[in-house]
Amino acid sequence: MTNSRIQRVTMPKWGLSMQSGKVTEWLVSEGDELREGQDVAEIDTDKIAAALESKWSGVVRALVVEVNADVPVGGTIVVVASAEVPQDEIDAVVAEAKEQLASGAIEDEVGPKVVEVDIDGRSISYAVLGDTESEATPVVFVHGYGGDKNSWLFVQEPISADRATYALDLLGHGASSKDVGDGSVTTLASSLVGFVNELGLPRVHLVGHSMGGAVATVAAADPAAAGKVASLTLISPIGYGPDVNAGYIRGFAEAETRRELKPHLQQLFTDQGLVNRQLIDDLLKYKRLDGVDAALASIVAALLDGESSSVDVTAEQASFGGNTVAVWGAEDKVVPASNAGSLQGRATVHTVDGAGHMAHLEQPQAVIAAIKEAIGAT
Amino acid sequence: MATRKISYREAINEALTQEMERDSSVIIMGEDVAGGAGGQGEDDAWGGVLGVTKGLYGKFPGRVLDTPITESGYIGAAVGAATRGLRPVAELMFIDFAGVCLDQIMNQAAKFRYMFGGKAVTPVTIRAMYGAGLRAAAQHSQALYPLFTHIPGLKVVVPSSPYEAKGLLAQSIRDNDPVIFFEHKAMYDVTGDVPEESYTIPFGEANVVREGDDVTVVAIGRMVSVAEEAATELEGSGISIEIIDPRTVSPLDLDTILESVEKTGRLVVVDEASPRCNIATDISAQVVSEAFGDLKAPVKMVSPPHVPVPFAGSLEDLYIPSAQDIVNAVKKVSEWSK
Repeated sequence: MTNSRIQRVTMPKWGLSMQSGKVTEWLVSEGDELREGQDVAEIDTDKIAAALESKWSGVVRALVVEVNADVPVGGTIVVVASAEVPQDEIDAVVAEAKEQLASGAIEDEVGPKVVEVDIDGRSISYAVLGDTESEATPVVFVHGYGGDKNSWLFVQEPISADRATYALDLLGHGASSKDVGDGSVTTLASSLVGFVNELGLPRVHLVGHSMGGAVATVAAADPAAAGKVASLTLISPIGYGPDVNAGYIRGFAEAETRRELKPHLQQLFTDQGLVNRQLIDDLLKYKRLDGVDAALASIVAALLDGESSSVDVTAEQASFGGNTVAVWGAEDKVVPASNAGSLQGRATVHTVDGAGHMAHLEQPQAVIAAIKEAIGAT
Repeated sequence: MATRKISYREAINEALTQEMERDSSVIIMGEDVAGGAGGQGEDDAWGGVLGVTKGLYGKFPGRVLDTPITESGYIGAAVGAATRGLRPVAELMFIDFAGVCLDQIMNQAAKFRYMFGGKAVTPVTIRAMYGAGLRAAAQHSQALYPLFTHIPGLKVVVPSSPYEAKGLLAQSIRDNDPVIFFEHKAMYDVTGDVPEESYTIPFGEANVVREGDDVTVVAIGRMVSVAEEAATELEGSGISIEIIDPRTVSPLDLDTILESVEKTGRLVVVDEASPRCNIATDISAQVVSEAFGDLKAPVKMVSPPHVPVPFAGSLEDLYIPSAQDIVNAVKKVSEWSK
């Protein structure tokens, strides 16, 4: 039963493995006037806690679930409608939603689809979300060193509202092939170009974080991708200056246990609470896969020259010449904002308070705004 | 990392398959691991009494060896083959049968590296079922990992979930020392998220299964899931427990346990093995010795009574430590006062 006068705010899917979440605190009350983009509730998953924004404007007519109750992804948590909609219609929607929650008959169809593609004999895994038939130029997300396609959990979904989005696992990462060749940014960039070509995407916007920022920049300047890259959004990218936390980069590669890994991960965030058991556990599970040790060792060797970054992509960025927007966490302890100098005059640089190296996790709104600025969407 | 839900049985089978594909020196030996010497070929291959090695006989011709019902013979043969360049995975079926081949394990495999001054390695893995709950009576239901933990030179692994089972078995096979790998027979159908790719979990690294502030609960093997049940119930009483799964009892990651006790000041150890000289007594003694100043209450141990595992179903159910037993112990240490 679809009724466009009555809208549902549902439990979001933040990350491919998320199956349920809890409302830990309501940020609105029944009867409140709600506007699109306003925070409605604090949501806690096993992995992360954050505020959920409403996609709808209207009046909060009903808060459907209890605080701290487990709600499957896709389950209705808030009913939004204009004040004119009669209460009995709202009651019927709430009753239907509660029945659905009780019976567990909620289909998890809101999340991204994970697909694998073969590029030159190596498999690349990616998550696709949004309308792949859309006329709008798609966005490709490129994670950083040690990350994976899941790191875009707060960003990919909102950007996918009006276009297709692809978040890929770079070689050596996530579910992609662990063969990274020489581990250089150039090698990773040519597999990114191969990915874009293999999928037959005529034009893309690239969004890259950290090492992924350098990878995206090199891909944008690659003759094999000539004319295909429409814009670059760079989040704390490497390759724009020598300052880099070499201790973090080596420490992440070498850590074998929870106790060894945790202090390194704490350097990523301003909010240390984000380094929880689940995050550490997920990263250890990745690091234990066969071939990851060797892949990370090759990448580290290619990234560092002593205590400095050995990657310089400023020439590639200049030759790209397209729209470039950068976002830097003011408290970034891994690739500090001091690197942003070389982008002055060539890109718009936004420094974001309350974020470290992972602005897309700590201040996703700022990153979403930067992507929209780069791609020219409103 | 591409994960999907598979059973504990499938996780073990997958680790064996991937290690046999990776290394041609890995072989499997044991009673009925292929399907019984009188079987009519691949179609009949049952793959062990509970189907754990099913399918391997056909996939790896000549590398899955059915043996006579003579543990002293084939365990000895596996130990010998390990010293000569193979990586045998010998299945002892029930750990209760270790008595008839204890010399091969305790006095030979465990001692070679030491007696030959490091010139000999013995990369043998002995897989065996343990534990109560399947109405298999006193001679097929024991949790004998403390016996092997007592012997220097052996590594002792007790996986608590499908993820642990796959990664720890791969590590066991690649390890150059003899490993006794304990599979709980009541867990074979338990499912969990397991990566498709091959991976190893290092020995001596405990897993913090759940974070909590009030009481540290160390649980071994199948007891980890029982402790998780208890955690849910205790949450209702406002008590938050931190659950630690040592994953390997030899070597033992005491640091993770001590770090947790430093935070909570209270410890409960849950062990399905008989209560005298088991892992619970060992961990308790070490924590008291190393962290007496952190403790706010006596350490409690949750173990079965010191009797053979009963055959009567009603008694066997009472014998196995339950979530309620853990809840009671946690409440006791929470409420304790001098």
